[in-house]
Formats: sequence, structure tokens, C-alpha cells
Amino acid sequence: MSTTRAWLLSDAPLSRRQAKLGQAYRTWLGFRSNGLAMFGLLIVVVLVLLALFAPWLAPHDPLTGDLNTTRLLPPLTEGYWLGTDDQGRDILSRLIYGSRITLAVVALVAILATPLGLLIGTSAGYFGGWVDTVLMRFTDIVLAFPKLILALAFVAALGPGIENAIIAIAITAWPPYARLARAETLTIRNSDFIAATKLQGASSARIIWKHVVPLCMSSIIVRVTLDMAGIILTAAGLGFLGLGAQPPQPEWGAMIAGGRNFLIDYWWVATMPGIAIFVVSLGFNLLGDGLRDVLDPKGQK
Amino acid sequence: MSLLDVQNLRVTFPTRNGPVDVVRGVSFNLGRERLGIVGESGSGKSQTGRAILGLTPPPGSARADRLSFDGTDLRPLTPKQWRKLRGKRMSMVMQDPKFSLNPVMAVGKQLMEVLRTHGAGRAAAKQAALEMLEAVQIRDPERVFRAYPHELSGGMGQRVMIAMMLVSEPDLLIADEPTSALDVTIQIEVLRILDRLVSERGMGLIFISHDLRLVSSFCDRVLVMYAGRVVEELKASELDQAKHPYTQGLINCLPAIDEDRHPLPVLDRDGAWAE
Amino acid sequence: MNDHMLSVQNLEVTFVSGLDQVHAVRGVSFDVKPGESYGIVGESGSGKSTVLRAICGLAPTSGGTLRLNGAGIASPRRPEFYRQVQMVFQDPYASLHPRHTIDSVLSEPLAIQGFDRRDERIAQALEDVGLGVGFRFRYPHQLSGGQRQRVAVARALILEPQVILLDEPTSALDASIQAEVLNLLERLRAERGLTYVMVSHDLAVISHMCERLLVMEHGLAVEELTREDLRARRSKTDYTAKLLRASAGYTKEDIPA
Repeated sequence: MSTTRAWLLSDAPLSRRQAKLGQAYRTWLGFRSNGLAMFGLLIVVVLVLLALFAPWLAPHDPLTGDLNTTRLLPPLTEGYWLGTDDQGRDILSRLIYGSRITLAVVALVAILATPLGLLIGTSAGYFGGWVDTVLMRFTDIVLAFPKLILALAFVAALGPGIENAIIAIAITAWPPYARLARAETLTIRNSDFIAATKLQGASSARIIWKHVVPLCMSSIIVRVTLDMAGIILTAAGLGFLGLGAQPPQPEWGAMIAGGRNFLIDYWWVATMPGIAIFVVSLGFNLLGDGLRDVLDPKGQK
Repeated sequence: MSLLDVQNLRVTFPTRNGPVDVVRGVSFNLGRERLGIVGESGSGKSQTGRAILGLTPPPGSARADRLSFDGTDLRPLTPKQWRKLRGKRMSMVMQDPKFSLNPVMAVGKQLMEVLRTHGAGRAAAKQAALEMLEAVQIRDPERVFRAYPHELSGGMGQRVMIAMMLVSEPDLLIADEPTSALDVTIQIEVLRILDRLVSERGMGLIFISHDLRLVSSFCDRVLVMYAGRVVEELKASELDQAKHPYTQGLINCLPAIDEDRHPLPVLDRDGAWAE
Repeated sequence: MNDHMLSVQNLEVTFVSGLDQVHAVRGVSFDVKPGESYGIVGESGSGKSTVLRAICGLAPTSGGTLRLNGAGIASPRRPEFYRQVQMVFQDPYASLHPRHTIDSVLSEPLAIQGFDRRDERIAQALEDVGLGVGFRFRYPHQLSGGQRQRVAVARALILEPQVILLDEPTSALDASIQAEVLNLLERLRAERGLTYVMVSHDLAVISHMCERLLVMEHGLAVEELTREDLRARRSKTDYTAKLLRASAGYTKEDIPA
């Protein structure tokens, strides 16, 4: 164990792989010392495991319940630890399956919005001039719309459904990333190491991709992680309004919407998914804060 | 009587691999003179200067067997007592004036603020501020008084910094690379101002620099630091009689206009120097 | 014309930002012979670094002609240009990408310019600058300032250029490290017959390294001197005399102006 550690922390790595792994290990050591961030990571890891092993973990079918025997059972009932909803479905099983939807939304939005924001932001920042003007004014226009309203408009135009909700959220999520990437690029583009790369005859695409993007990446990762909570809430909001996931899909926001009609008498139906959304948002926020401390040197005290 | 008495000063920083001493037992006496501290990066020269002013950045800590300024023991001072002493009787000039001046406040106002915290009236403070700007060889003090830090050139900014440190007429000034960011011709002018302050006001000056040639031509006495220790102390005029191989190496490895030595002699670092 | 490696005639550089125009270089001319080391001395704002940046296309030229080996230099620079001219920057902490290993710093120019035998060339370049292959996979933060500058020199050399532009290559280094880097630069020039154009504020460094030098002030060329002129203090202008005096250190007898 200690030899692996020494190999990883070596100041004179002997191969490309050792250098990369050593760098990652150092980041991990920094991250590990932050208790709250580790807690956030734990929440996110649990979420991923729940989503992966949902069929084995869920005690009941998430989509159909028995209307005669298991309707609106309170929490801590034998076999139904978080209670059941008005359709007689086990809330715990629905939450476990719902984690798949939440995770899919988060992952797809990150995959769609991040590269788009990075591409637009770094290009605008690196080229400057009219490219910058055109791209950033376009970004400003998108940014000028309230996020949820714009997403609502897209979903209304494209038709309700979880896929369209994801596209709508991604379309509204990229402008802040573009702005951030542009700001980072502006500080990088006049540095000596970029000048040195130009002096090797590198093309603009190469400089952006190999030199600018890796340096923007860490602050973008931090920002995206911190935005995850907001994305989950937006997806839940769309679900709540009936424009996201459609019944009987166990999406957490839609579950809250389903429970609000009898909130007073059967509080758990809306509360349980609410707690799930709260915990997962908190997890992503803590993780993002921790990542900022290790990845983004500017935030360091 | 000496102005500053430092005995066995140590500055320690915690790291992942345990505590590291960056200053390891530095001792010296300072009268009303110009003392140079010379060393390369990492020699602990700047940390020595900061420790004397109680400005060791956390998580570092400084200890000493004796650290007294004009008869006052500095070690047990509370932050409040430090603040009183620092502005008034001892000051520091840093390398880059841009980081030490408030960017959104006119220079004159900042100068007046210092004076007024020391109890001067408004009109008197303005008068004193203008006089101080004149004293540091600023030709148009009225204009500089109204200017903001970003409107000043490097040399001008450094002079304002020195004026700022000197308005309260300190007995001790610690100058950490005060001229390294300046062009050689301006460097000489700034040094001239410091020189005059030492000889006319009887101020004690600690001049910290990496530039052995400059320090030796400007100071009375020179401490040469290496790896947190003083390896040699000598009169500035007797630099060519340096005994320690590190000092000799530092002198020899500098190219000179009138010499033709190819290749330049390089410093062979001896592990024993750091012991 | 062909006996000049690099020829700069009436070079003008103007930076435009909004309505502001800064005339950074105002009609500077000089010629550098093959294998020569040519110095440019001046204080900050003299435009000395801008001249270097203009030669390699990093600063916009608004007038004058640049010739390399007698042939005009095309603007924008072609990739082939950089096989002949390379540059070493002032601050070794800013000129290396913080997330790239030394290996990727050195292999990138080879990949861009399509060189073969890359592993061999990288190993050779590291040996040449006195680092050795043990440094190949380190990150810049694992190196000292002097080692970083050696990497920067290796990066400039790896494309086997004839001309190297040196922008204050030792001003960010300690005196003892400066001596090592200056020796390295001299040795490489002797071994490979390189042509240097070196910019510095330090007259002693320039007189140590260069056979001829140009003194610049406020974007103008003040005068051209040989090393021997400098040693004999044969300066024609007051400004050079002032620089020479200031570089001797502090003198108390001096009467302030």
C-alpha cells in the first residue's frame, strides 16, 4: 500500500500513466480531507448505486399497486417503510426507480450543455472581435429569458415528456458555462504558454482544444456540479407542472404533484420525494464546493 | 543602544511532510544604519523581515529567544498593540506597490487617512501628506495627491508607497525588494530617497534583496542568508573579502560589463552550508 | 543582403485598442549576422520585447520590412517559419502550460511540425539542456524556476531552428541559476552555430552574451554599440551613459538630478 502511494506521489514519474495517475491522486488527497465534500460524494455515489441496482433494491413494482389493500399506507408500515400513494404503489420503490430518471436528466443535461457552453465560450474568448460579439450577444439573448419559463415554452412547443424536458433544460443551461469559459479564456489567451504554442505553428483549433479547454475545464466542472441541484429542481418543477415525466413514471417532481391533493391527510406522499430531492441537491452542492476547493485555485484561501 | 535586537529567530511552516523551518536561528543587532539582507529565493530573507513585524502569514509561526525593538519585547504583543506599533514606529515597503495601495482611493486620501489615525487634524494632515510626497522627490505633489494608484507609473507608485510608510516617521523601515520591479535608473532615485531618510532622520533600515551588487553599494552592513540561516555577516565595503564559499560564489557568478569569463563560474552547492 | 541572417528595417509596431493607439516601436532597424549574438537593451516601455514579438508574429507590425536569410517573412507566419525561428520567454512560470507534462510540452511541436523519431528527439533535447530523461514526465510545478527555463530552452531547440529570440531569459531567476542558464545558452550557440537576438534590461548580461547591441528608449533605437564600445564606455548618447552609470550600482557621491 505504502509503495503504491510512494509511486503515485513520486516527484519523478517514469511514464505518462504514472504522471497522470499521480496528479489525480494528489487531487483526491486534497478532496479527501474535506469532510462535507466527502459526504456530498457519498450521497451522489449512493444515488448512482440506487439507479444501477434499482430492480434488485426496490421491494415492490414502482408502477402498479394494489388499490384494495395497500392504498395510502402510512410510513413504517411493515413492508412499505415509506408508505404508499393513492394508487397503492410503494413510495420507496418509486423513489429508487425515480433516481434513474433524476440521474439521466442530470447526466444528459451535463453532456449536452457543457460542451456547447465550452465551445461557444472558448471560441468567443480566443478569437475575440466580431466572433466574440456575435456569440456573446446570442448568449445574452438566451440568458435574458427566465430559465424555467423558457424551458416551459420549449416543452410546450415540443410536447410534454422527459426527453423534451431534458432538451429544454440543456438549451437553457449552457449560457452561464459559455460566459465562464469566455472569462477564463480571456485570462489564458495572452499568456506566454499560448504564445509559445503559436510559435510552434499550432492551429487555433489545436490551441483551443489542447491548451485552453483543459484550463477552463476545472471551473466548468465545479460550476456544472453546483448547477446540478438547480437542474434537478427544474426537472422536478417541470414534472410537477405535468410537462416533464408523464405518469406513471416515478419522477420525483411528478410524485410531489401527485401527493399535493391530499397533503393534509396523507402528508408522506408528497414529503418523501421532497426529501429525496432535497438530499440529492444538497449532495451535489457539497460535492461542487469540495471540487472547487481542489480544482479551482482561485477559490482557495 | 541598538534599535532592534533579534536572537535565534525561527519561522516554521507546517507541510504535508511535517513542519519545515524556513528561518533557522537568525540573530542580529540593528542600530540607526542600513542593514542589507541578501539571499536567493527560498533563503528565508523575506520571512525574516515579516517575522520582525509580526506578519508571518498563517499557518506559519515565528519564535525567538529575544526580539526587542527599542527596549520593548515584541513577542508578547497583542494584535492591537502590534497595529499601534506597526503604523507608527515600524513600517514595511513591499516589492509591488500595486498590492499595497487601495485601488479605489486617491493617493492623497490614503496618506491623510494614515496621518489622521495617528491623531492629526484635517488641514494638518493634508499639509503633511503634500510635504511627504515632496520629500520622496515627486515633482508635482498636488497632481499625485489627487491621482489613483493605477494612474501612477511603477517608480511613482513605489515612491508613494515609501511616502505612505514614512508619514508617521517610523524608527525602523523594512524594505523587501523595494526596487526590484523598477528600472535601474529609477531604482537609483528611490534608493537615494531611502538613503537620505536614514542619514537625516536617523531611521534604521533593513534592506532585503536578491541583488548582492546593489545591496553592497547601498548598505553599511550585509547579512548573507542561505537555507534559513545567516552564513556570513560582513561590512558592505569588504565584500571582496568574503570568506564563505556561498558568498564568494554569489559574487563570482554575476556577469560584469568589464569581464570576459566564459563560461561563468557556477555555484557548487555544498550540503554542509545548510547544516 | 544574404550575409544577414535576420534583417529588420524601419520596424513599426502600433497597438490599437478602441480609440487608443500606442506606438510601441517607432522605426527600428538592425541586422544580425549568421552565428552572431545580438543584444537589445532598454528599460520597461522601451519596446525591446515588442521588437522580438513582432519578429515572430506575436505583435502586429504596422510598417517596415523583416527578412530572414534574405527572404521576406510572410505575414501571417507560415508553420515553416517556426522551424527557423523560436523564442524563449521571460517568465518560466508563465511560459509552460500548468497542466502539461514536460513530455507533452516537448512532443507537441514535433507533432505539429511532423517530425519523426520523437522519443529519441525528446530524450536528446532533455540531455542537451542538462536535465536528463528523468524529468520527462514531470509537471511544471515539480520543477524549480531554473529547471523550467531549461525546459523552455529545450522546447525552443527541439525544432532545430537557426535563430533563437531570447526575451529576458534570466531576469526571473536567481543569480546563481542565471549563470547556469547563460552558460547553457552559450554552449548551445557554440555547438550548433545558432544566431541569438537577446533582450535584457541588464547591461552586464548583454555584454557577457552579445557581440553587438542596440540601446532602445521609448520605442526608438538610441544607438548601436559593440561589446568593445560598451567596455570602453564609448557611448555617443547621454541615455546610454546614464544606463551604464546606473548599472554600476548605487553611488552616494552622485548629485541627484
